[in-house]
Amino acid sequence: MTSPPLIAVIDHGAGNLVSIGQGLERAGARVHVVTDPGGLDGSDALVLPGVGATGAVMTRLSEAGLVEPLRAWKRPLLGICVGLQLFYDTSEEDGAPCLGLERGAVRRLAGAPLLPHIGWNHLTFPGNGADRDRLFDGIAPDAAFYFVHSYAPAPDDPSTVTAYAHYPHPFAAAARSGLRAGLQFHPERSGQAGLRILANFVAEVQEHSGRPASAAGGTAAP
Amino acid sequence: MSLRTRVIACLDVKHGRVVKGVNFVNLTDEGDPVELAARYAEEGIDEIVYLDIAASPEGRPALLDVVRRTARNVFVPLTVGGGVRKAADMRAVLRAGADRVSFNTAAVLEPGLIDECAASFGNQCVVLAVDAKAVPGGGWNVFIYGGRTDTSMDAVEWAVEGAERGAGEILLTSMDRDGTNIGFDLDLLRTVTGAVSVPVIASGGAGRPRHFVEAVEAGSSAVLAASIFHRREVEIGAVKQEMERAGIPVRRV
Repeated sequence: MTSPPLIAVIDHGAGNLVSIGQGLERAGARVHVVTDPGGLDGSDALVLPGVGATGAVMTRLSEAGLVEPLRAWKRPLLGICVGLQLFYDTSEEDGAPCLGLERGAVRRLAGAPLLPHIGWNHLTFPGNGADRDRLFDGIAPDAAFYFVHSYAPAPDDPSTVTAYAHYPHPFAAAARSGLRAGLQFHPERSGQAGLRILANFVAEVQEHSGRPASAAGGTAAP
Repeated sequence: MSLRTRVIACLDVKHGRVVKGVNFVNLTDEGDPVELAARYAEEGIDEIVYLDIAASPEGRPALLDVVRRTARNVFVPLTVGGGVRKAADMRAVLRAGADRVSFNTAAVLEPGLIDECAASFGNQCVVLAVDAKAVPGGGWNVFIYGGRTDTSMDAVEWAVEGAERGAGEILLTSMDRDGTNIGFDLDLLRTVTGAVSVPVIASGGAGRPRHFVEAVEAGSSAVLAASIFHRREVEIGAVKQEMERAGIPVRRV
């Protein structure tokens, strides 16, 4: 019997993991919270979640010995908020170096009326949405998502940006290179639309791992 | 395509139950916080705020349990405050499932707490709750310990200092208006939003949908109410409809 896909959610000590775990389990994944490299064994995918200041999160990942395993990870990876920002080379927040998985820098939102950018905002998709990233399958064009941040990635390669938001200028709200995807907003706090995105990620993991999602939801406690 | 103005429901929580008073006293029981939060999420609320008004160490486990149950069942932003006195308390609340944490009395007693928590968790995660009461001769003072103690500090100056120290949002409650349903203190809102460059949540006094529009026009980035939502005196949908009619972008569900 094949078991449902196992998704590791990285615990760097500051994040809200409860809602992310629930969202993934509702979509049929098994979820386990990981604090050290050993926890990654046997996981079909990784989620790097998002509360915290970049410098503080990098320090904790480094102390936990998770930096190299993250760099070497070849299966699906989903970064959320600061988790996405960590993909890039550097961040203007604390002037911190990040994981350097992607070329580019994380920059403070320019020209914003008030910072942080807090609240629900809409997305626009490159190419008029003709070829949307699979994480946005089934998402209504007017769906809003919850943002809470002052910084966003500026990838060197703009073709990796899969969605933009405006505050008031456009910034990268989502990005992807192969199996590595990231969201600047919080799907785990974005109601039904956010849950759909987490379900789309589980479907991608399932396809990649060859493990079917369980109909009843996951069994492993977060 | 722009940022929607948030409509927030505040739940004053004591020993795991929702309570709400008038002018900070006369508490009445209004139900299970998780049930209420789920109902609000269904009705289109943009954020939930829990304020633990007992804020005693013995009450902590009950509050964390409420936060945990909420995070498992309600997928909208959750801010939690009350009795958070140090960075370790903040970490515990975040790990239980809150997105942001608000500070009130503890930040007044030890302002460096704001700097410390903003450095660890980012300033987007730190909310400064200011309970303001008008004083004779003009201006507003900051009150702490659930509105029982006048600090003689100027509320506007304190909001500015808090934002400079790293608070990413100000939750500004007018004690004069709290529970009265006669509308927000618009002078207070205009003065504070004019002085800080972080978002301000208007709190205290909402009684009709029109009041929310007035608060946004006075500069607020988000509008908060408690008892009128709990008792269904005003529907969240009606508030959003009124805001939309006034040209304010809102999220519709």
